[in-house]
Amino acid sequence: MAVSVSTTVMNNVEAVRTTLYDALKTDPNVILLGEDIGARGNVFLITKGFLEEFGPQRIVDTPLAEGAIVGVAVGMAMEGLRPIAEIQFADFIYPAFNQIVGEAAKTRYRSNGDYTCPMVIRTPYGGGVRGALSHSVSIEALFYHVPGLKIVAPSTPADIKGLLTTAIEDPDPVLFLEHKKTYRLIKGEVPQGRYTIPLGKADVKKPGNGLTVISYGYYIHQALEAAHALEAEGVSVEVIDLRSIRPMDKTTILESVKKTRKVLIVHEDNKFGGIGAEISAMLVEDAFFDLDAPIRRLCGPDVPPMGYAHTLESEYMISSDRMAQAMRELAKF
Amino acid sequence: MQSKTREATVTMPQLGETVTEGTVAQWLKHPGDSVEKYEPFVEVSTDKVNAEIPAPVSGRIRELLVKEGQTVPTGAPIAIIDTSDAPGAEAIAPTESAGNGQNAQGAERRVSPAVRRLAREHSVDLVKLAGTGSGGRVTAKDVLAAAHVARAAPAPRTSKAPVAGETIPFSHARRIIAQRMVESKRTVPHAWTMVEVDMTNAIRRRTAVRAAFERDHGVRLTLLPFFMYAVVEALHEYPLVNARYTDEGIYVHKEVNIGIAVALQDNLLVPVLRRAEQRSLVDLAIGADNLIERARSSKLTADDLAGGTITVNNTGAIGSLASAPIIFGGQTAIVTMETIFKRPVVVDDENDAIAVRSMMNVCTSFDHRVLDGVTICSFLNEIKRRLEAISPTGPL
Repeated sequence: MAVSVSTTVMNNVEAVRTTLYDALKTDPNVILLGEDIGARGNVFLITKGFLEEFGPQRIVDTPLAEGAIVGVAVGMAMEGLRPIAEIQFADFIYPAFNQIVGEAAKTRYRSNGDYTCPMVIRTPYGGGVRGALSHSVSIEALFYHVPGLKIVAPSTPADIKGLLTTAIEDPDPVLFLEHKKTYRLIKGEVPQGRYTIPLGKADVKKPGNGLTVISYGYYIHQALEAAHALEAEGVSVEVIDLRSIRPMDKTTILESVKKTRKVLIVHEDNKFGGIGAEISAMLVEDAFFDLDAPIRRLCGPDVPPMGYAHTLESEYMISSDRMAQAMRELAKF
Repeated sequence: MQSKTREATVTMPQLGETVTEGTVAQWLKHPGDSVEKYEPFVEVSTDKVNAEIPAPVSGRIRELLVKEGQTVPTGAPIAIIDTSDAPGAEAIAPTESAGNGQNAQGAERRVSPAVRRLAREHSVDLVKLAGTGSGGRVTAKDVLAAAHVARAAPAPRTSKAPVAGETIPFSHARRIIAQRMVESKRTVPHAWTMVEVDMTNAIRRRTAVRAAFERDHGVRLTLLPFFMYAVVEALHEYPLVNARYTDEGIYVHKEVNIGIAVALQDNLLVPVLRRAEQRSLVDLAIGADNLIERARSSKLTADDLAGGTITVNNTGAIGSLASAPIIFGGQTAIVTMETIFKRPVVVDDENDAIAVRSMMNVCTSFDHRVLDGVTICSFLNEIKRRLEAISPTGPL
């Protein structure tokens, strides 16, 4: 039986805003805290008007102290609240590293299950918006090594709503990464009413059988553009949107690779030790005899920051043209 | 450059990751022959593959260090090629080695894990496959396309849903058997025929001498050696059955080395009784018993399994009345002894007298490239004549 769901078209910023708003409305335990989220309404205007509607007890403007933001959220979560901490830019998350890795991720284990840490840490990451050194970083590889932490990096408005809702309701800490270049660039239909997507489930954004592209966030859109271009050249590309970086959906990846036998992994985060390294290792362990070509990775270069100069920035970002070229080479191999 | 004479020592290549030795099956070039780089100059067999090995350099064969049939470890020198006169000899290292499988195969291409697996699963010969990938690489799709072509008549499917069941993973032995069967069926045009043999006398003879034989030699006396003896004698009359098809011509063996098919739980071994033409019936009985015993107790060596020129299969032991066996690779014929059963037959043409006799079918599959029906039928009838002529009494 087909269930028709009414949808609203919105961009990624609106999707985050709507989801946070719904959570504040439905669960009185939900509390937002972060820099400039109250009076300013967040630097991307995601929480504009929230302070007026929900009051300073639930929309907490914090000092510029990320360790405190996450530390306070950990305490709130352990005592039964559902804090959603915001790190204004992912580049600022380092002072909170200990609170995230040392405290939040280990609370359940440390207390032998007496305490959990049901909190979300939201943060915009990634470049391509002339943010340069301190407003462009990708941080997923710094955290995906840590058991006890879930990491989500959606690409579309609908996925943002479904995954953020699930993340807020999850009993353990979730790092929720929003690629800032997609904020107003990407629009899409979003189901109205309650909508959830389970964590740890990848989404095949485009089916194909010639090769598999695995990515997440902004690059899903670049990959789809390149994949459609290659379709005209007779190359069928499957695009997998990981959506959850951890837990990672091995099943969907393996099914796809067993079908296509060729893999391209794309992420903006640095290549060395990145998410692509883990996926490659997993494929060699679990799908060695299905591989018909060396696994290919297109990633951010191993340099400290994304440059401010236009040329340096565009060199760092992975264009759909570069992806298409890599896909062509892989298809031809 | 110290000397005008330059040479390259060629070593036994490693034809497979787990292979540690190889047998020189045949020298395709002999001392004094000139050889071009990449030209096949020796045929090497291992328990896994038979392969023609291309020369690593151009030159003239100076010396063959290994005899045909001899098995040496991989990496052991097998020939010396004089490269003094060869064009570009200056550039050739004096002891260029073919010890590395990659070099020895010359044009062998590196394949991806998927290609390797698919080729194995679909029995696709990668060497013969033209690749469509970059630089002529064989892709997984190429293998699947070749396998698709090879499947002449795909089995009719009534439903797309898979039938419930489970996959038993291949044992090493099963995989090799599968490969060899497919290889033989694919490359050799099999033809089949059968004769009927009256084994009454042979059985009586065996019964008469059995106790004494087993006491004297400590070995069970079956009908197999009687049969092998008849085969050897028939081969003497029709040596073409004891041959091997090659691209250059039919290679008729001077030795009769009989492979004896031995069925085990999940394996089929064919140990070889060598020089059967020099053996007495007692010798054949002891030799065959020894081989079968060692096959069952996993004590065969690689040598025991190599060099067969014809195969005998005692299918009667498993209750078969007639069979169309697959020819062992590199041989011309496989001959079976089927179940012996008593039935009334006409024994005297003139008076149409009927008697109860122990009858046995003898079947053979043969390589129709090597010989035709007239030869194989003469050969089978010679076996029949000799088995039926066995005296029912007297010592062995």
